[in-house]
Amino acid sequence: MTLKSLLSATALAMLPLGAGAAFAEDLPPCDNCSDSMVLMSWGGAYQASQVAAYAEPYAKLTGVKITWDEGSNEAIAKMRAASEAGNMTYSLVDVEGPDSQRACDEGLAEEIDFDKVLAAAPDGTPASKDFGAAMINECFVPQIVFSTTFGYRTDVKEWNGKVPEDLCAIFDLQTFPGMRALEKRPKKNLEWALLCDGVSKDELYTVLSTKEGVDRALAKLDTIKDHVVWWSAGAETPQLLADGEVVMGSTYNGRLFSAIVEQKQPIAMLWDWEVFDFDGWVVPKGLDEAQKNRVMHFLNFATDTQRLADQAKYISYGPARASSQPLVSKHATLGIEMAPFMPTNPANQKNYLVNNIEWWADNQDAVEVAFQNWLSK
Amino acid sequence: MTDQTANGPMLAADGTPLKQSLNRALRRQKLRAFLLIAPLLIFVLVTFIAPIGDMLFRSVQNDIVADTLPRTVAALSKWNAESGAPPEEPVYRALASDLLIAVAEKTHTQLGTRLNYEDSGFSSLLRGTGRDVDDMGEDVTKALVAIDPIWDEPTTWTNLLGEPAWVSAQADWDKAGGKTAEPPFVLSPVAQQNLPLTSAAFADFARVMQTVKNDSPTEKRPWNTVAIGLTEDLKANPAAAGAFGTEWQPALSAIVAAAQMGTIPAANFTAAFTESDKAWATPQPWSIIKIFSPRFTSGYFLNAVDLKMTADGIAPRADSERVYIMLFLRTMILSLAITGTCILLGYPVAWLLANLPPRTANLLMILVLLPFWTSLLVRTSAWKVLLQQQGVINDLLVWAGLVADENRLVLINNQTGTIIAMTHILLPFMILPLYSVMKTIPPSYLRAAKSLGATDWTAFWRVYFPQSIPGIGAGSILVFILAIGYYITPELVGGAKGVFISNRIAYHIGTSLNWGLAAALGSLLLIVVLVLYWVYDRIVGIDNVKLG
Amino acid sequence: MADGAMTNDAFVVFDRVQKSYDGVTLVVKDLNLSLPKGEFLTMLGPSGSGKTTCLMMLAGFETATHGEIRLNGRNINTVSPHKRGIGMVFQNYALFPHMTVAENLAFPLEVRKLDKSTRDQKVKRALDMVQMGAFAGRRPSQLSGGQQQRVALARALVFEPELVLMDEPLGALDKQLREHMQFEITRLAHELGITTVYVTHDQTEALTMSDRVAVFNDGRIQQLAPPSELYEAPVNSFVAQFIGENNRLMGTVTEMKDGICVVRLDSGDFIDAKPVNVSKVGDRTQVSIRPERVETNKARLSPGAHTLKAEVLEFIYMGDIFRTRLKVAGHDDFVIKTRNAPDQVRHQPGQTIEIGWLPEDCRALDAP
Repeated sequence: MTLKSLLSATALAMLPLGAGAAFAEDLPPCDNCSDSMVLMSWGGAYQASQVAAYAEPYAKLTGVKITWDEGSNEAIAKMRAASEAGNMTYSLVDVEGPDSQRACDEGLAEEIDFDKVLAAAPDGTPASKDFGAAMINECFVPQIVFSTTFGYRTDVKEWNGKVPEDLCAIFDLQTFPGMRALEKRPKKNLEWALLCDGVSKDELYTVLSTKEGVDRALAKLDTIKDHVVWWSAGAETPQLLADGEVVMGSTYNGRLFSAIVEQKQPIAMLWDWEVFDFDGWVVPKGLDEAQKNRVMHFLNFATDTQRLADQAKYISYGPARASSQPLVSKHATLGIEMAPFMPTNPANQKNYLVNNIEWWADNQDAVEVAFQNWLSK
Repeated sequence: MTDQTANGPMLAADGTPLKQSLNRALRRQKLRAFLLIAPLLIFVLVTFIAPIGDMLFRSVQNDIVADTLPRTVAALSKWNAESGAPPEEPVYRALASDLLIAVAEKTHTQLGTRLNYEDSGFSSLLRGTGRDVDDMGEDVTKALVAIDPIWDEPTTWTNLLGEPAWVSAQADWDKAGGKTAEPPFVLSPVAQQNLPLTSAAFADFARVMQTVKNDSPTEKRPWNTVAIGLTEDLKANPAAAGAFGTEWQPALSAIVAAAQMGTIPAANFTAAFTESDKAWATPQPWSIIKIFSPRFTSGYFLNAVDLKMTADGIAPRADSERVYIMLFLRTMILSLAITGTCILLGYPVAWLLANLPPRTANLLMILVLLPFWTSLLVRTSAWKVLLQQQGVINDLLVWAGLVADENRLVLINNQTGTIIAMTHILLPFMILPLYSVMKTIPPSYLRAAKSLGATDWTAFWRVYFPQSIPGIGAGSILVFILAIGYYITPELVGGAKGVFISNRIAYHIGTSLNWGLAAALGSLLLIVVLVLYWVYDRIVGIDNVKLG
Repeated sequence: MADGAMTNDAFVVFDRVQKSYDGVTLVVKDLNLSLPKGEFLTMLGPSGSGKTTCLMMLAGFETATHGEIRLNGRNINTVSPHKRGIGMVFQNYALFPHMTVAENLAFPLEVRKLDKSTRDQKVKRALDMVQMGAFAGRRPSQLSGGQQQRVALARALVFEPELVLMDEPLGALDKQLREHMQFEITRLAHELGITTVYVTHDQTEALTMSDRVAVFNDGRIQQLAPPSELYEAPVNSFVAQFIGENNRLMGTVTEMKDGICVVRLDSGDFIDAKPVNVSKVGDRTQVSIRPERVETNKARLSPGAHTLKAEVLEFIYMGDIFRTRLKVAGHDDFVIKTRNAPDQVRHQPGQTIEIGWLPEDCRALDAP
């Protein structure tokens, strides 16, 4: 049961820290700072890794009371509602890259002076350089690189010993019969559909920018529509795979890691055309001075080189800082080498896409309508 | 005692008119009654009426276009969408001025999102143009700088156009390093009088710099619209060059001369917009802006019934965008099916409950109520485990040999799943009113019917069933109205085809953030429920609904 | 029909009928009852005495645990209620609230598949019979209690059953209406020649309406007799106590001769009585004297009759009669009733008087 694995992952992550613990003297003092924070995140194993890697150490060092809100699924809606009510109740919000773009575009998030707020790498490289490409807009403080990729069951009789070797196995019902799990969102699905419909990586967004391109992608998806279970939470796919409800499905690589390594389910990962994405913090607008000071102080600590490397011990997502990469080693409790499960591992990057945040920010609204309408018909 | 005078009103014992006396006595009673209901009244107002009012308001509210593009909306009022031609240059320039502010305030993305609901592609259009708008008319600024490099200096502009007192205050503020509140920009009267276009454009720029960017107008060269304004002001009124004293005369006169010689290019926003996106050369985006410029709109409601407003009036949406009517119908049909299965399953149980000895009935009642004591999410997840293809029910069917292993039934992620899970969840709402109505039907009616010669079935159908109809009515109303608004269960077990209109409302509230459409859909759902209630009242009669 | 005696004298027969609900206690113990066609029989008894159970067994809503119930010579134990053709009037009338009066009446005719014109005719006749013809289109809830009662009666009669059962049908009516309906029901029963079994716990009703009354107690019929016999000659102390007002005195038989016995009361006084349930000297007995049979005028008693001293406790003027409460032989609940006549003495409280009676008015019954 994946529920169990989720719980156990949480329990593991709750274990006290080993190496890399910070000391109070490392922390600069915080003037005019509030003594509590409300952090919004995703819940589950991911939030647990945040708690273990930096929230708890920070709370221990400063005595700040941290409250969690597992609302990141609807982060923008919640921020907008709080902003309209004139009472911003969240101090810091964990969002995916595209949502950060949206929050930034709509003026819901503060712009951040990265080199002033964030810690430099140990060798002195300024934060903005150290984060590099992960700095997708001026509001977003990246934490991790994750990828959305496919997992499949390794024990499907009907496949006669074959296993999916490339992405387009998803659309091959002949060779790989069975149900698939896909996200109830157009993003990634449309790209994958076009890639398997003969569109090259370079033309992908040119094609997708036309109505015909979207229709073409949906038509490709139509060929498997009756064989798809649509998920809206990342935990669903591992569960569906574990239960045998689907034979393959897309989800975040960290979720598959839990199912395969921690749960020892007969599941394997397919690294082909996985889509890279960033996840990180945005600071909502409308915080009072003390809150803002506290949040900036926390950000400095929580996104430094060591802390981001620590996080990778608890979950198989790559740290967003270049300087953290060499520090990633073994899983905190399982003791296995994390690199093969990391999206940042070159061996896993045969073909890949990087989430085209700008394109999606521009086209999300239009494509989403078309996709949702297609879905409900 | 009361007396009646010959033709006068009835009088109370103390001589006051009886009516008045009675009113006074009743007023206290009324006041007391009102005080008793006041807490509930306030609660209902705050938690129910107010949100519904807010929802209705949001479904028609449309301030964003007029607030974000005031100049454009004003300029467009003279343009006729039916002409088939795009508007004239002033409209383009107005949009450029509006966009410069909107981009700085980041409202153009919100506007893009809003207009994207009406014409998909508008969001990317505005975003793309928003990135380009800063550079539009750059050649004019460049020409001025070529004439005199001082025009590249931000302070040239502030000194020329700002009130002297403000200029010195701002200089002090800059020196202090921005620790105190920034002195708000004040136009000098001379500038306002002689250079009206320049002043208006610069005032906007300065305000945006100060309030949005928290920066000083002395730090950044102003927008190209300011340079364009200056050129045009001086061209139209060359005398203005002398209005700022000798210190400014040479610089300004040089521009006058250049303008008269035609060395400064005329600003062409039409071309600039067209270059940014060809769509601006068509009437389409302009007519969208014009149609949706009023502060109230029927757009959301039209969208909610698969229509849209175009320059030619209301028209049906494209096939691929038509979904809501279908979803409303699906919601109705599935809710009816759920109500039907609830009646079929609940009626015998309620009958049993009403006719068992109290001890056994109480035990059974606990079983009926048991689902109420577990969380909705837990129950729905349990259905998932039961109904999925490798789930308990399919396993049992396969084990019993009723279903072949490779043809396991698809009971979840479709409408069947929604009906099964929601019937279970809503069943108590059917059983309880049925039970309490059946409890009040004495067994003597059935006995009487039998003694009069009716068979068991006739006695039930002609005598018992008609009397239990109020319970069916109440249960059906409860179940149907609850079902119509459900979304968690359909979301979890309904897959793509077993979802309700409420799922779309939740989606628009939580994910797409199209709150106006969500509000319109919600309002329509409310109207549908009220209409159904009215129809129900006409057919069944609401007096025939009993909860016990 | 072959056996005339059976149809006439034994139209309804309970033959050694027993009923138990829980398998432990008997609610009806060995019931034997036989009533001829056309009789109006009342089952009277306190609640829980088994009378309603008997009625329900007859109607078919309860099954007899043992024994046989015969209707018109046919065993009906296993015949379902709707095939018995017995009319029934229920305690709360059980008029179908969703049907009009006429529809209620037409219901038994409809299920018997009579055609519409016959139905209408019969309904009208039945309604006219109970003077409710004008109310055919009303709903039961629009009728008063008395009117509902009439409709219920009409409905039970409209399909012309030979046997009608009534389960405390007048219990919900006020006194005046009840008396009127008692008369109506008996009139109809006799006019139509229907056999009627009537259950009530109201003894006045039982006495005024019935040809015979079966007094139930403890699952048994205590006495089955015409009303006058029941009142004047109760066979045991329960019946004596249950029917009418009754003065009780406890004592022991000291002498028996010529159909008269002498009883020594527990207070030591001697009285004369008629032995009913006593057989020999020395038996404990409860003597029972009706209040209206007590004599205060010694001149009217036979010479040598025993008399008792009595202290007047209370005098109640009730219009047609006087009711005087006395303390007699240690009991302060001894009541006498005297007619309001000009020559009648009005006893004052505190007075001591002497009372007596004719021996045949004082019945020596079993000691409970």
